[in-house]
Amino acid sequence: MAETITLEVSRYRPEQETEPTYQKYEVPVRKDWVVLDALNHIKDKIDTSLSYRWSCRMGVCGSCGMMVNNEPKLTCATFLSDYVPGPVRVEPLRNFPVVRDLVIAMTDFMDKLLRVKPWIIRDQEKPLSEGEYLQTPEELDAYKQFSMCINCMICYAACPVYGLDPHFVGPAAIALAQRYNRDSRDQGSQERLDILSQHDAIWGCTFVGECTKVCPKHVDPAGAIQQYKLEATKEWFKSFLLPWSAR
Amino acid sequence: MNQTPAYTTHHPRWYRTRISTYWWSRKWAYFRFIVRELSSIAVAYFVVLTLMQIHALRQGAEAYAAFEEWLRRPLLVTLNAISLFFLLYHAITWFNLAPKAIAARFRGKRIPDILITGSNYGAWLAISVGLVWLLSRG
Repeated sequence: MAETITLEVSRYRPEQETEPTYQKYEVPVRKDWVVLDALNHIKDKIDTSLSYRWSCRMGVCGSCGMMVNNEPKLTCATFLSDYVPGPVRVEPLRNFPVVRDLVIAMTDFMDKLLRVKPWIIRDQEKPLSEGEYLQTPEELDAYKQFSMCINCMICYAACPVYGLDPHFVGPAAIALAQRYNRDSRDQGSQERLDILSQHDAIWGCTFVGECTKVCPKHVDPAGAIQQYKLEATKEWFKSFLLPWSAR
Repeated sequence: MNQTPAYTTHHPRWYRTRISTYWWSRKWAYFRFIVRELSSIAVAYFVVLTLMQIHALRQGAEAYAAFEEWLRRPLLVTLNAISLFFLLYHAITWFNLAPKAIAARFRGKRIPDILITGSNYGAWLAISVGLVWLLSRG
């Protein structure tokens, strides 16, 4: 195994340059090192000016998503040794504006997340004295996969639809809407449907399917969107054929 | 990337990349996706061809013979062979994607993908065999 590997890191310092450049760093390759460890090594030992986001180092916080050799990856779960002999190109997540170096602006995603109301909506909260809302293992199973999303935005970087049309609500937000729609405690699916049956939401998706392939938590946003399309179509037919049954 | 309403002009120094028109040529999966989208043209083409065939049939035996003669031209045969390839590509990828959209559950467990894909292929085979039987009978 090679002792060192070259990292080509995208640098963008808005006060100095108008577009990103690449800077090369030689870092040691250790068997247990992930790309994030290499970036931390650069920050600690070589160049303190490098900016990037990270927190948990264990695939939970979702902050270290970056492009590694043109593939969107969680850098804390991407082993450096898989890229020997290198070089490894590290860039900020695609399809997002770059704030600095490897840091992207996530404002747009946060706004979209809020739009789909990813929380439990009740027509009427039951009083505390009646206890908690119970759920069977089957009911939990119905939404559990979608609840694994860590908002890392890797699916947005893989989605050409989002890249071409920034108005598209996008994979993770729709999968999270489905997470609450499928929850037996939730009563807000109609509210969400009004938002998500728009052209810039589920119908904007052309089913490229890459979001599902790159998802580090196996959430399957592409599946969530297609299933949503089916449900929205059923709802539409229902309201068309039985208009009196509408809310 | 285009200007998005959600991104304010108060951050003029954010760097925005532009998506190349040829984005689909950069990755095998994207390329396959574009081919799949374009294969819908072959589907539409066969719909038109079938309508033309029905039209010729209604015109009588002579018109239908002329239509068949027209179909035998090398150019048409080549075009139809290429279109058939894309039609099959479209059909097969469609069936393979079906389990993504259908999350059917049975006794609390999700039906495995292979069963959904399999039933689609099974229906395809059954209808094809039925059609062949119907046509070979007369």
